Amino acid sequence: MSAVRLIAVAVLLAFAVPLAAPPTAPAQSAPIKIGFLAPLTGPFAQIGKDMVNGNNLYLAEIGGQVAGRKIEIIVEDDEGNPATALNKSRKLVDQDKVAILTGGMLANVGYALQPYIDAQKIPSTFPVIAADDLTQRKPAKWIVRTGWATSQPMHPFGEWVLKNTKYRRIAAIGMDYAFGYEIIGGFQQVFEEGGGQIVQRIWAPLNTNDFAPFLAQIRRDADAVLALFTGRLALQFVKQYQEAGLKDKLPLLGGGTLTDETVLPQMGDEAIGLITALHYSQALDNPTNAKFSKAFEASAGKIASYYSEATYTNARWIVEAIKAAGGKVEDRDAMLAALRKVDLKDTARGPLKVDDFGNPIQNVYIRKVERVGGKLQNTVIATYPSVGQFWKYKPDEYMKRPLYSRDYPPCKHCQ
Amino acid sequence: MIDRKVVAGAVAVVAAAVLAPFLSSYPLTLLTQVAIMAVLAMSLDVLLGYTGLPSLGHAAYFGVAAYAVGILSTERQAGFGTCFVVAIVLAGIAAAVFGLVAIRATGTYFLMITLALGMVVWGLAFRWVSMTKGDNGIAGVPRPDAGLPWNLGAPLPFFYFALAAAVLAWIALGILARSPFGLTLKGIRESESRMRALGYNVWLHKYLAFVIAGVFAGFAGVFWAYYNGFVSPVDVQLVTSVETLLMVALGGPGTLAGPALGAAVIVFLKNFVSVYTKRWLLILGAVYIGVILFAPRGVLGAFRSSHR
Repeated sequence: MSAVRLIAVAVLLAFAVPLAAPPTAPAQSAPIKIGFLAPLTGPFAQIGKDMVNGNNLYLAEIGGQVAGRKIEIIVEDDEGNPATALNKSRKLVDQDKVAILTGGMLANVGYALQPYIDAQKIPSTFPVIAADDLTQRKPAKWIVRTGWATSQPMHPFGEWVLKNTKYRRIAAIGMDYAFGYEIIGGFQQVFEEGGGQIVQRIWAPLNTNDFAPFLAQIRRDADAVLALFTGRLALQFVKQYQEAGLKDKLPLLGGGTLTDETVLPQMGDEAIGLITALHYSQALDNPTNAKFSKAFEASAGKIASYYSEATYTNARWIVEAIKAAGGKVEDRDAMLAALRKVDLKDTARGPLKVDDFGNPIQNVYIRKVERVGGKLQNTVIATYPSVGQFWKYKPDEYMKRPLYSRDYPPCKHCQ
Repeated sequence: MIDRKVVAGAVAVVAAAVLAPFLSSYPLTLLTQVAIMAVLAMSLDVLLGYTGLPSLGHAAYFGVAAYAVGILSTERQAGFGTCFVVAIVLAGIAAAVFGLVAIRATGTYFLMITLALGMVVWGLAFRWVSMTKGDNGIAGVPRPDAGLPWNLGAPLPFFYFALAAAVLAWIALGILARSPFGLTLKGIRESESRMRALGYNVWLHKYLAFVIAGVFAGFAGVFWAYYNGFVSPVDVQLVTSVETLLMVALGGPGTLAGPALGAAVIVFLKNFVSVYTKRWLLILGAVYIGVILFAPRGVLGAFRSSHR
């Protein structure tokens, strides 16, 4: 028995050995080091993988170097956990001495990293993290967002619904967390100002297993339903919505993730006709997107989604900034300025630049799910060009209002 | 035998304190995390190791204290003293209330009740958005100004701060464990009915152990909030409770130094192995299984019995 115990202890010690190795990195080496955080384990691992693949695809296209220097990407798993993300950022910044930090997926990871990044003064980009306030009421100096703000596509969507449909009374159902509040809230703000009414708001827990009780609550006197779910919940909601016989009575609208390309290939006819809004669709018709989505499908073996497009475009964004800074990534102020000044005319999602708060100004697409050539896709049926995070409001007036939440905007027309 | 364990712990603490100035800031922050997690694991050891009560909701008190610090220091700009006292008192109150419900049960039922109570706190953290900012968490908790001449914003002074706190907690819990009270707890662990027959108030002893464990978990929570500068429902969730339980099981329940060792092993495994492989969860799982199969009394327990 004692021999077996010794083995167990030896195994443990073997894992302790890496601690003893001095974590010294060469002080100043030729490659440009970029730290990349993504959830590679846990429920978001598939999305994390898409993020890494999108990023690597672009870097492979440019031969892995810029301005005469090699780019070295150091990928770390943040587990979708803010405390882990902080730990891994410390490792990337203190030990690996990365020049630029990027990646991350969840809102709380973004909020956790923000004070650290600003304190360390490390030029950073967020390709996916969309929490509104990161570029609004609590703007981070050292973070440039290359993705989107959560409510950004929903403002124009509110207007589009008013102008192009007869829906005036809409029931909303969303996931019970900040992302859900900001999606539904952004839509409600514009929709109600234009004369529409949100007549019901239902918040479903993130661990919902059966939507039947929620579907039973949905008001049958509404004109349409607005839904926001992601991943497994999106698949299940859309399916159960049809099974409950609601699809033909109450047309279904949604936030972009309801039908994004991480879930769409697993959906069936129940998804056809759904209308959603996002800043990207894999079916977008432009040369960059054609090239990107073909190359991504070839290399990753799956269809491109907004997550992979986000990191693909983000990698290009960073490379362009490094070029503009003449490869001198060590000058952090210059690097940050360069990151804020990038202006791309032809990304896979259209023209892209950032506003004074560090959030992209980009096209928002209204998409309708159709079956084309046997496969479901998000066909773009309307384009709102150059949409900013504040929509048509003045930034200071917009930010005087509270952040969209469970209670804001208030549900005036709910019973 | 007991002395050897204490000496080994003291040597580890002194070694960490002496080596710290020579470490770069990343290993230093990990050591800080070890110190804080060691306090949390030791506090659970009072329940699991000494009293024989496996709690699956220990992150609750940790989280209550962390949230108290987060909310007071960002919304009210409260100093270290206020935050510390309020956080510990709140963690103690939470444990006192939950204890009333949980101590009635034993075994699996105790596990399930503590699990449910832990989820209640998680639910509050997640849903009481006006207070806790919900899923987004509370960011920007400033490092404390504890009236010390050093700037605790820097990694090295904060490490010493956390280490000193951990040592204090270790000494306090060590005294507790060796006191007549602690011996009674061990008696309850071995045979509740016999202790009752001997005339001990078993319920009260278990209840007090529960509250004390909660208070020390809160103690760890205070430093955790300052260390991360961020508090979110993740700190209160089931995974945190389970991980703490594993730290205790890995290191050796009923030894105090063992759970501290377990905390160190888990923190370093998580942060180092994951750098080398994406399959680090597999390795962590293999280590857990290995320990349960070959060293069911934890790493320190295995050492102790081989020296006997």
